[in-house]
Amino acid sequence: MISINNLHANVEDKNILKGLNLEIKPGEVHAIMGPNGAGKSTLGNVLAGRDGYEVTAGSVTLNGKDILEMEPEERAREGLFLAFQYPVEIPGVSNLEFLKASVDAVRAHQGKPALDSVQFLKLAREKCKAVNLDQSFLKRGVNEGFSGGEKKRNELMQMMLLEPSLCILDETDSGLDIDALQVVAEGVNAMRDANRSFIVVTHYQRLLDYIVPDYVHVLANGRIVKSGGKELALELEEKGYGWLESADNGAA
Amino acid sequence: MAEQFHAQQLALASEQARNPLLAALNAAGQQAFAAASVPNRKTEAWKYTSLHNLLTGDFQRPASQSEFTAALREAATLGNLKAPRLVFVNGQLNNELSDALALEQVTLFSQANAAQQALISQHLGSVLAQAADNQSGSAHLFNDLNNAAVNDGVLIHVGKNQRLEQPLQISWLTTAEAQPFSLNSRLLMILDSGAEATLAEHYASDEQPQNSFTNALTELVIGDNARLQHYRLQLMQEDALHIGSTHVALARDSQYNAFHLGLGTRLTRNDIVVNHNAGGSHCELSGVYIPQNQQLLDFHTCIEHKVPHCTTNEVFRGIMNDKARAVFNGRIHIHPQAQKTLAELSNKNLLLTNTAEIYTKPELEIYADDVKCAHGATVAQLEEKAMFYMQSRGISKKEAEVMLSFGFINELLEALPDEDIAQVLRPLLARRFGRDQSLSRHLLENETAGLSGENA
Ligand SMILES: Nc1ncnc2c1ncn2[C@@H]1O[C@H](COP(=O)(O)OP(=O)(O)OP(=O)(O)O)[C@@H](O)[C@H]1O
Ligand SMILES: [Mg+2]
Repeated sequence: MISINNLHANVEDKNILKGLNLEIKPGEVHAIMGPNGAGKSTLGNVLAGRDGYEVTAGSVTLNGKDILEMEPEERAREGLFLAFQYPVEIPGVSNLEFLKASVDAVRAHQGKPALDSVQFLKLAREKCKAVNLDQSFLKRGVNEGFSGGEKKRNELMQMMLLEPSLCILDETDSGLDIDALQVVAEGVNAMRDANRSFIVVTHYQRLLDYIVPDYVHVLANGRIVKSGGKELALELEEKGYGWLESADNGAA
Repeated sequence: MAEQFHAQQLALASEQARNPLLAALNAAGQQAFAAASVPNRKTEAWKYTSLHNLLTGDFQRPASQSEFTAALREAATLGNLKAPRLVFVNGQLNNELSDALALEQVTLFSQANAAQQALISQHLGSVLAQAADNQSGSAHLFNDLNNAAVNDGVLIHVGKNQRLEQPLQISWLTTAEAQPFSLNSRLLMILDSGAEATLAEHYASDEQPQNSFTNALTELVIGDNARLQHYRLQLMQEDALHIGSTHVALARDSQYNAFHLGLGTRLTRNDIVVNHNAGGSHCELSGVYIPQNQQLLDFHTCIEHKVPHCTTNEVFRGIMNDKARAVFNGRIHIHPQAQKTLAELSNKNLLLTNTAEIYTKPELEIYADDVKCAHGATVAQLEEKAMFYMQSRGISKKEAEVMLSFGFINELLEALPDEDIAQVLRPLLARRFGRDQSLSRHLLENETAGLSGENA
């Protein structure tokens, strides 16, 4: 699905990712945990192609294609989806218009038939229901005045509409109450299948009770310093990251 | 150049003025205009607005009758807005499309009955005169020119406690003639106490290159507890030259709610002057300017708080593309007596290219001590994080730009009280930003599929 090899990246001339390796096969769910400022969101932004995130070494291939030279919209059309840690508000552009533009672009690229307005509205209403958002959210400006939890559910709704092959969820669980957390987890679980992979960035082991990962990685200081199964999350919850960072420093 | 223009306009005005009812106003106007000097770069209120494109013109009177084409008809209906209307083409009333004269509230100066003539004599020029009294330089020689030339015009009089159910549409259309020509258009609206109405003033043309200079003057007299919702929409082809003034007088507890839109032309200058003349009045003024190519679009607003306990909320937004230049000068003048004034002014601008220009200047002049005033002006480019967000969803950079630009303006359209007017404007603006149709289609899809409103 995605191969990340020796990825080095700078933000504002500051070296953040320092030789990150990650290999994800179709159908796998990988959780990434790690201290604040470790570079987790940076990884998401680099993979999605954000301006100002400069790759200085390494390679990333998605389904065999080198994506590092692609524009963000091309990567999205190739099946990469980033659920933002902080979704952006776009007043004046309705959520429905935005979603339709997005779905049209991705489907056109993938050679799928275009949906007409009526079909799309029906689909969008279904997905609203699936993430427990009232349909009135389709008419509102994109994320405009949405609560933190509503924004996260809107991210998930976009993911469901776009049916990406690689989903990167950056702290989609942060700020969610327990009911919303279950809604998100159910949404993700419903989308799990043999051809779709997930990178789930989280600070809380709690999420991983609902979305059970195949692997858990610790990202610290710009690289993966430890990998394991889901039990690693429990261990981290108990011990924190201190013991790992020292291990990392020792290895460096 | 300026002298020639000045002399020519004076001659045209003297020729045009021949309505005995307006003789005194004409005479005063001619005198004032003859004495006034044409602004140049050193004139503060015209510092960034060159009159070059106007002063180099050689203008005649418009031909007496012009052809009413399908393109003009289309422009006149304003997206099939349901409204009684008056339609002028190059200054001439089009009888076929003008059905508003059937209303008792609407007439022309030339057709006014005795009572209406009395109103005209009493009010025409009176609101404008307040601007001169304010000594803020917000009355200029083009107003004098209009006084000098006015021969006919539109009178709207809404009587005590009357409410007009539908908006009134007054369209001033132009179409190119063999010779460049100039027009002075005039509108006077009077709302008696407790009256309510919506006025949609509409300046438009066909799509051919225009050779008109329109000097428009609107005076709005809003009585005690009366309410006017005003739209002033400038949708002309870009070669049209336009100088327009709106002067408003607000009586006790009255309201002026307005939305001014300028698409931009080679020269468009708008002055909006609002006089708070008695306590409890409110002014809710919003506007949008979106010049492109090499257009020059200037909004000068001036809110005069002369008495205590009045409020103003003013919001203007602009998007400048290509090599366009816009000027926004928002003055709020709080006179010494005007205690307990609440006034806010916000002006936000987007520059889409690095050759576009905006000169924005909020001017708060406060001579009373117990007032609350706030103002802010910003100039920015499209937000990087919003662009990235849209692109990360597969939307092309170009379409994201169009959607964001539209959204920036649409925020103000969403606040309009008349959804049917907002619906007329949205496609127009979307197409303006998405010059290639594929870029604006998602903004228009809801409208065409009928999915907006209650259904969605
Ligand atoms: N635009 C930027 N300009 C400067 N520094 C940045 C920028 N973006 C990120 N950084 C820095 O890069 C480092 C990694 O940030 P990143 O957001 O990737 O951390 P994170 O692992 O996602 O942390 P958190 O758990 O708090 O979300 C931080 O030190 C951060 O300050
Ligand atoms: Mg983060």
